[in-house]
Formats: sequence, C-alpha cells, structure tokens
Amino acid sequence: MSTVTWVSQLVYVVAASCFILGLHLMNNPATARRGNQFSTAGMAIGIAATLVLIAHAGVISATGWAVMIVGALLGSGVGLYAARTIQMTAMPQLVSMFNAVGGGAAALVAIHDYIHLAGAASGVPEATTITTLLDVIIGSVTFSGSIIAAGKLQGLITSAPVVFPGARAVNVLLAAAALAAGGFVISTPSLPALWVVVIAALAFGVAMVMPIGGADMPVVISLLNAFTGTAVAMAGFVIANWALIIAGALVGASGGILTKLMADAMNRSIGNIIVGGFGTGDSAVALVPGAAAGVRAIEADDAAIQLAYAAKVIIVPGYGLAAAQAQHAVAELADLLESRGVEVSYAIHPVAGRMPGHMNVLLAEANVPYPQLKEMDEINPEFSRTDVALVIGANDVTNPAARRPGTAISGMPILDVDQAKSIIVIKRSMGHGYAGIDNELYSNPKTSMYFADAKAALTGLTAAVKTLVG
Amino acid sequence: MSTALLTDIVIFVLSLWVGFEVISKVPATLHTPLMSAANSIHGIILVGAMLIAAATNSWIGYLIAFFAAAFAAANVVGGYVVTGRMLKMFRRRPATQAVRAVQASGEGRLS
Repeated sequence: MSTVTWVSQLVYVVAASCFILGLHLMNNPATARRGNQFSTAGMAIGIAATLVLIAHAGVISATGWAVMIVGALLGSGVGLYAARTIQMTAMPQLVSMFNAVGGGAAALVAIHDYIHLAGAASGVPEATTITTLLDVIIGSVTFSGSIIAAGKLQGLITSAPVVFPGARAVNVLLAAAALAAGGFVISTPSLPALWVVVIAALAFGVAMVMPIGGADMPVVISLLNAFTGTAVAMAGFVIANWALIIAGALVGASGGILTKLMADAMNRSIGNIIVGGFGTGDSAVALVPGAAAGVRAIEADDAAIQLAYAAKVIIVPGYGLAAAQAQHAVAELADLLESRGVEVSYAIHPVAGRMPGHMNVLLAEANVPYPQLKEMDEINPEFSRTDVALVIGANDVTNPAARRPGTAISGMPILDVDQAKSIIVIKRSMGHGYAGIDNELYSNPKTSMYFADAKAALTGLTAAVKTLVG
Repeated sequence: MSTALLTDIVIFVLSLWVGFEVISKVPATLHTPLMSAANSIHGIILVGAMLIAAATNSWIGYLIAFFAAAFAAANVVGGYVVTGRMLKMFRRRPATQAVRAVQASGEGRLS
C-alpha cells in the first residue's frame, strides 16, 4: 500500500467519524445544525481525499476528469436548485428522489466494476460477484421504487393502491427472474445475465411500490432509505472502500429504525405493507350518513369561547392540516391564544404526515417553537389536565377504539384525546380515516364537531377569538 | 474467504450497531431532518463514482461514470442544503418581530 493510499484510508475514517458525530448531534434540535455541519465537513474531506488519491495515481484520462467534473457540477446544480426551492409539504418527494439517485449511483458503481473485471484476464472473484449482485439488485429496486414513490407523493401517479389480478404473481416472477439470473452470474460470469438482473430488479421496484397506498408512504420511504444505505455499503464492498461501507451501514441502520417505528405506529407489519393492496389513497373521504347520529356540531363563535377561556389547550394536527396548507393558520391561532395566557402545545403522532417527523417540520416552518412540539408518549399523560383538545385533520390516531380488541386498529398507539375535558374536532365531513372505521371520539358527549376545511376553520376561529376578546 | 472481505464485514456490522445506537436517540421531532441527513451521507457514493471515472477507458464506462457522478452529486449537495434549511427552522422561542428583523439582515440565528 502506497503512502497516499494509506493516508487516504485514514482520512476516510475521519470522514466516517464526522458522519457519526453529525448523527449523534441530531439527538437535540439545539445541536442538530452543528451536526449537519460536521457531516458536511466529513463529506468534503472524503471527496478531497479521493481527488488527491486519483491525481496521485495518475491513470485518469482527460476524458475521465471531464466526465467526473461535468457530471458532478450538473448533479450539484440540480440538487441545489431542488433543495432551495422545494416546499416543506413536498419534502417526502424530495427525500424519495434522493433515495432514487443514491441507489441508482450505487448500482452503477457495481455494474461498472463488473464490466471492468469481466474484461480483465483474472476474471471476477466470487465474493465480489455476490456483493456486486446484492448492490445491483438493491440499488436498482431502490432506484425505480423511489421514483414511483415520489410520483405517488407528487400526485403524478395515483396514490391509491394499483392492484390488478395476478399482480402478486408478477412480483414473484420478477423476483425469481432477478434471483435466477443472479445465480447464473455466480456460476458463469456473464455480462448479459447481469443486465437481466438489472432489468428484473428495476421492474420489481416498480411492481413493489405501485400497489402501496398513499397513507403507507412513511413506511415505504423509510424502507427505501434503508435499501439505499445497504446498496451503498455493498458498493463499498465491491470497490473495497471503507467510507462507503461505514456510511452505508449508518444509513441502513437509520432507515431500518424509522421503518420499524413507522410500521409500529400504524399497527402494521412491514411485510403486510409491502404485500400491499390494503392502504388507501388520500381521497377516501366518503360521506357516511348514518354516523352523524349522536354527534354535536359547533360553530366558530362557540369554539372560540371554549378556546379563549381555557387554561391549557392541546392541538392535535394530522395530515389533513398539511393537505389544507393550514400550518400557518394554526400557528397564528396558537400565538393569539398564548398572548392571552393560554398554555398551548402540539401533540404529534409519529405518522402525522407523509414521512417520519414531517408534521414537526411543517410546524417549525410556521414558526412554532420546538419545545411546544410534543411526542406521543410525552403528551398523553397531559390530556387529562387539558381544557380543550383541538383535533385538526387527524382521525384514526385519536380513535379510542384502538384500546379495545377486535377493531381494525386494535393495538395501534393513539393520542389520548378523549381524556381532555372537552374536545373540538375540525373536519370536512364525517368521512372515515385510513382504517375505514367510525371514530368513537366523534360521538363522545365531550366532543363538538366543527365541519369545515382546516384552513378556513382556523382563520374563522382566530377572527372569532379576536372579536371575543376585543 | 479473504482477510480483506472479513475486515469489510466486521466494519459493516460494527457500523450498523453504531448506527442503531446513535440514531435511536434522535427525537421524533427531528426524524425528517434525520432522514434527509442520512440521505446526504449516502451521497458518499460520489467517491465511488469518481473512482470509476478514474479507472475507466471505454465509452460505456464514461457514460456510467457520468450518470453516477451526477446522481451522487445531486444527492450530496441537495441533501445537505435541504437538511440545513429544515434545521434552521427549528427554534426554541417563537420568532418575534425583532428576531425576524435580525434574521432578515442575515445576522445571528437562534438555534
């Protein structure tokens, strides 16, 4: 090992340490920005070390430099533009696209390595073939699957589950084709067979995500994130680079943890979501006439009185709030109440939004200070001391039916909204949530229903509170 | 099995454990920035793309290197910028008029 190679490997370890430190500092919102800076610095020195390594080896052609620099500049430009202009509500799509390009790049690295080795006299070592195949399969599935997921989130592809007779057979066939071609590549090194693996894996990625409904997206994004990390780690095995192995493993672990958390919060197994066909789209707002019995409707003025004279209010935002772009309107109402001395906090269920933690970002954007954003376990004991719980566009995560066995959501962790002294629910209709069952909270005698669009309702409430207190 | 492969496997497994340990301490409030930060970290695949560009000498190799470099660079730059943008919004205290004015002038930021 030459001195330069030796030093560059050490620098990679420093870069990896920066990544770990960066992730560690994300355990607190106060230090998280410093964490991101550490991580960025790690990336910069990793890239710099690689440049030195390449320049020192001196085998790179002028075309090689041009391809590398033009490609990187083009990619940086697109990434920068997307990152600067993206709306916070569209964050899940952007993260999904970053998963796609990361997974795609990892697959390309392995494909190139295979072409390179297949052309050499020494042939391809067996261990390399296996890691290459893993990288190519996982990377390709991530690439196509993430693009479909982003398309669904953006509304370019229907967010409803796309299922057709024999869909499952197609999935099994594609997986079998990828594995069979992969087996062939192991026994007889063959470039065409590797391309078959790539195509089957790409098709499998599409077939895997198409039948998954919009409401399951937090799990899907997390899972594809874990896949991308794994693909990058496999690329590290292929080209013998520790920086890639460590970084890939960190991302794989992060994606894995988030996938588990999201699936638990939805009361679904990961397998159940991937097999798919159960999750519904965003537009499942069917009116259920009979359910209106025993439900008390309320108008803005009455709701305003309750809120203005409360000592403690907990706001429970759901995806409906984000869909109505009402995060600024809710923050304005909360500000007004606080200026009157009302204690206001937000109860955030883990799956409120379209990706893990999404609701927190939307509220942070609306200038809500993060100490007011409470996680489920932290806020649940506080509901019994709360005068008014204001539920906005959240449904299943507030349904007390989850505590009883025998319902579609039994066992799902919920926010204990029904413990509050009174409850106001802002909702467009009596439509069902994603689980498709009646919400028992709505017929609770303590609950009043305010039927309106979230944004209009909140603006109305703010105006009513202002008139009330002059 | 070669020693190099064994070393790689050890590094991979230990990194997974470090990842689980570190990431399980991140609060749910920060899960979106966490995922976005993880995204930028897997942009390290850019290193792989650069090494391809250095090693290849065929048109297909250059084509692959080009796309790999473009994909990975979008991942790195976009990931870090958007993570920074999100984290900047997380404030301990509400942004009052005065704070907003300071921020508009590009000066101090509240964490």
